[in-house]
Amino acid sequence: MAIGKLLIANRGEIAVRIIRAARELGMATVQAHSDADADSLAVRMADEAVEIGPGPARSSYLDIEAVLEAARTAGADAIHPGYGFLAENAEFADAVEAGGLVFVGPSGDVIRQMGDKATARQIAQDAGVRTVPGSCGRVGDVRTATSIAERIGFPVMLKAAAGGGGRGIRIAGNADEFPGIAAQAAAEAEAAFGDGGLYLERAVEKARHIEVQILGDGKKFIHCFERECSLQRRRQKLWEEAPSPALDEEVRRKLCRSAVALAASVGYRGAGTVEYLYDERQGAFYFIEMNTRIQVEHPVTECITGIDLVAEMIRIGGGEPLSIEQDRVAARGHAIEVRINAEDPANRFMPSPGVVGDLRIPGGPGVRFDHMLYEGYEIPPFYDSLLGKLIVWADTRPKAIDRLKRAVGELRIGGLKTTAPLFLALADAEPVRTGRVHTGWLEAWLDANAGALSEQAGNGS
Amino acid sequence: MNEKADPAQADTPDRREVRAMLPGTFYRKPAPDQPNYKDPGDTVSAGDVLGLIEVMKTFHQVISEHDGTLGAFLVDNEDPIKASQVLAVIEEG
Repeated sequence: MAIGKLLIANRGEIAVRIIRAARELGMATVQAHSDADADSLAVRMADEAVEIGPGPARSSYLDIEAVLEAARTAGADAIHPGYGFLAENAEFADAVEAGGLVFVGPSGDVIRQMGDKATARQIAQDAGVRTVPGSCGRVGDVRTATSIAERIGFPVMLKAAAGGGGRGIRIAGNADEFPGIAAQAAAEAEAAFGDGGLYLERAVEKARHIEVQILGDGKKFIHCFERECSLQRRRQKLWEEAPSPALDEEVRRKLCRSAVALAASVGYRGAGTVEYLYDERQGAFYFIEMNTRIQVEHPVTECITGIDLVAEMIRIGGGEPLSIEQDRVAARGHAIEVRINAEDPANRFMPSPGVVGDLRIPGGPGVRFDHMLYEGYEIPPFYDSLLGKLIVWADTRPKAIDRLKRAVGELRIGGLKTTAPLFLALADAEPVRTGRVHTGWLEAWLDANAGALSEQAGNGS
Repeated sequence: MNEKADPAQADTPDRREVRAMLPGTFYRKPAPDQPNYKDPGDTVSAGDVLGLIEVMKTFHQVISEHDGTLGAFLVDNEDPIKASQVLAVIEEG
């Protein structure tokens, strides 16, 4: 079904991004919004806007019936869920299709399969994609669990079967401490989730986070190379780049091929990302999960491949076949994205909502700023702190880092504390410049450099 | 927690206002199925948690800077609040 009018069931910078793509495709746009977002940039830019409820997301952006009602009222024939909110909610995808509308993304069944960690792991294994060595499902009594842990190899992670999002994870370094930690982990899981069940996975130390962008139309499946997102704080990505500086061509080829095999095995439709842990010393990568939506960091892939991922997923949603052949996807140069959040890096990343004062947007060659800002805009307190993403491209990684420094230096967002100063400091950190980082690196660096970051802020930036 | 003094509504020695350090949503309990941190009439010591403010998907404790008795809450559980809004009053006692 060709899409004439697209409803955006999201907010912030990604809503703006989707409006831009839809407009280039000749579609009319409808922005669904909470009353707290009535003055948002996306509402101002869209052809139409429909209010779907009060500020708190559970009464607006997470209210399936309200979103569907807005689509019916506006006469939209498709819904783009963006990321977060309802983007990976299988019931929502089902309800959109049951209502005779296009859901821009995969089917509810694929979302459901990938949303269940154990099922996703099994699908990956069946597609020949290596997963982190671990127990097959839940482990039983402590003696059996200990022997499974010894087979997997230490250090081993004990994860709550009912947990998720980084919660309910403990690490045992050897067989001696394993029984004690297992008992404690089971008690904690029981208290936190009402379910003491545990499963085991080998802890990959100093792992890098590498993910592959894929596109599929249900029949044909391609990859658009990888991104690396190892610089994280509390499992939130802050700095992402493409390509990964850690991969050689052979590993890259295997990694990307495995992601395509996984997408093909579920008949994937739309844009998706297969996430891996990469053990640099072993040269081995392990599947972690698949995200069945567009990701925040998609622009770095767009910069190195020239593919408009958001436009492509909308076209596929409208029933068109993939417009690109795999052998036409080429990566050129290096791109880096940093997340400009309304948080104060000099003060333990304290949120800093407020009114946007003077605004200076960076520009010039190789610079892109995807954001939701305008002067005088009051940032609502109900949603996450992402204000925008500063993306740079250059023909080599060192030049991209230099360009990033230049662009961050140009950025001014008056009235708010942002993460921008952090990236100036990171761009000069030797491990970042040489690409020798892992997913635990940034938190350790922040602990060691807290004083310097506060001082930098005190000198007035 | 640093709260800016507001000369128009100065505290008196026997009446201390507790102000929001951030805008957001105010909660009087740590989780929906748990009891309130404090109720009117409860004894309060400096350092006690009086509530939570949710802002940008993070939670921040509202901590009393004074000893006394909790006089009243001026906002309800789950109310939207503005920065520096008075949340509660602590009476010296």
